[in-house]
Amino acid sequence: MSTQSTRLASRIMVAPSVIVLFIWMIVPLAMTLYFSFRIYRLLSPDRTGWVGFANYTWFFKSPEFWLAISNTLALVLGVLIITVVLGTLIALLIDQPVKGQGVLRILVIAPFFVMPPVAAMIWDNLFMHPQNGLLGAVSRAFGAEPILYMEQYPMASIITIVAWEWLPFATLILLTAMQSLSSEQLEAAEMDGASALNRFRYIIFPHLTRAITVVILIETIFLLGIFGEIFTATQGGPGSASTTLPYMIFKQAIVAKDIGRAAAGGIIAVILANIVAFFLMRSIGKNLDA
Amino acid sequence: MGQITLKQVRKSFGDVHVIPGVDLDINDGEFVVFVGPSGCGKSTLLRLIAGLEDTTSGKIHIDGKDATDLPPAKRGLAMVFQSYALYPHMTVRKNIAFPLKMAGMNPAEIDKKVEYAARVLNLANYLDRRPGQLSGGQRQRVAIGRAIVRSPSAFLFDEPLSNLDAALRVGMRQEITELHQNLKTTMIYVTHDQVEAMTMADKIVVLNAGNIEQVGSPLELYRRPRNLFVAGFIGSPKMNLIEGAEAAKLGAKTIGIRPEHIEVGSGPWSGTVALSEHLGSDTFLKVDAGELGIMTVRGSGEVNVHTGDRIQFAPQADKVHRFDANGLRLD
Repeated sequence: MSTQSTRLASRIMVAPSVIVLFIWMIVPLAMTLYFSFRIYRLLSPDRTGWVGFANYTWFFKSPEFWLAISNTLALVLGVLIITVVLGTLIALLIDQPVKGQGVLRILVIAPFFVMPPVAAMIWDNLFMHPQNGLLGAVSRAFGAEPILYMEQYPMASIITIVAWEWLPFATLILLTAMQSLSSEQLEAAEMDGASALNRFRYIIFPHLTRAITVVILIETIFLLGIFGEIFTATQGGPGSASTTLPYMIFKQAIVAKDIGRAAAGGIIAVILANIVAFFLMRSIGKNLDA
Repeated sequence: MGQITLKQVRKSFGDVHVIPGVDLDINDGEFVVFVGPSGCGKSTLLRLIAGLEDTTSGKIHIDGKDATDLPPAKRGLAMVFQSYALYPHMTVRKNIAFPLKMAGMNPAEIDKKVEYAARVLNLANYLDRRPGQLSGGQRQRVAIGRAIVRSPSAFLFDEPLSNLDAALRVGMRQEITELHQNLKTTMIYVTHDQVEAMTMADKIVVLNAGNIEQVGSPLELYRRPRNLFVAGFIGSPKMNLIEGAEAAKLGAKTIGIRPEHIEVGSGPWSGTVALSEHLGSDTFLKVDAGELGIMTVRGSGEVNVHTGDRIQFAPQADKVHRFDANGLRLD
């Protein structure tokens, strides 16, 4: 496949899909860029024109923006830590030969099939609700006042919900990685006198680094855009306490009906995502090399 | 120190009795080879000794102490695995140092021991490489290095050469034999390759379906196989086994004669050559000898017969093995 003519042919063959993909990507990006420099308010359609960086500076001046950035990062980091740590532990557990392993694994994976708004509803109404929720009942059983999770700890609640949804994903990837570890290596370590903890630290964990990297990269991509859970559970509140960058953009676009500002927010989100991606690849990307 | 005694050791996986009951004494400093066909339980037996499997019943004594319920690390044994089981993310140095590090030895002493092992095994130039960058033979040496730094009371080898190519296998075979001569430590070696068994062992243990068929020195097994299974298993090409009238003449149910103990030229037996393989030093003949069945005959390189020739041949009288109806040797 590397003579001159076949190389030319292959380029011509893939050209259409490359062109379509390029247009698919560049047109929305270009339009967002274009709108982000213009006045474009749905409530006053007669006002148009260029505004320079006004849409961007509005964000940087807004205290809600910095809160949203820190909330976004807290969400991503919190969920990553919870899913990777718990995912590793659960994977270690369900990797053990037990009766009903098949059923157990399906139970572990189940939350991943629950769609985000439903997951948020389940947690909001069945677990965290002060009157009807399970956690409220537990609090009362100990004679305490039920905690108003969504009001008092909105961001922690959102992180819990999202981590619950993504835990199966991490568990599944880490479980398959664990199963690809040759049992002879573990036996050799056992003969070498490594305790269970040392076997995990020196054999299993190094074997998992690549899988953990994959989990972190994939989850980060999705977690930066989490929206449905926030919309369903807290509406970004109370106040702006659980507003993330995507939710703030949504508020600008749909509530305030200011497309210009929302577009500027979108561009900021793209830049933020690239910064995160850059640092991620710098710090853990080398794990992906064989 | 490295004396191992098995007393009525049994192992079952559910209803499958892999080892129905084995008694075995391994003396200090011996090179013992477990040999047998695939699935005969030889690896399981080794893993029982290593402590990687629990015995169903019976006792394992190491150096006179009951080790039946000791965890693997406490038994003072080192094992070399078929896949080498090197730790891929660690350098050769770290691989070899791992058991010492786990034992909590101080770094200076670890370095000394690793350097020593590397020198003995010709690994000094590879200490900072990872297993992935080494050839099969080098990986094998690292695995052995990881075993010897612990100064175990016995080494366990689980088919260590089966992943190597033929030429390398011969070399490593000699290296392991030399290692045994230098260290004088007990070694238990599992293989299905009888050439390895014959060349390396002080004592061969022939296993079949979890039972010990015979224990003895290589030549003992070759010269006086205790039963039909050992007779057929040890020796290459296989011993010719003849039943019927010819065997009855000698008062046996079955007689066995090795291909190398048959004289071609004249004699009571005759047959048609179905296949002749001239190897230069030897000539292997497959002879269709009618009632006697297909016989394998090994002649010298000078034997000049070809497919289709009719030949006469005779067994060397004192090299005929006789077996009774139960397959046991008659003397």
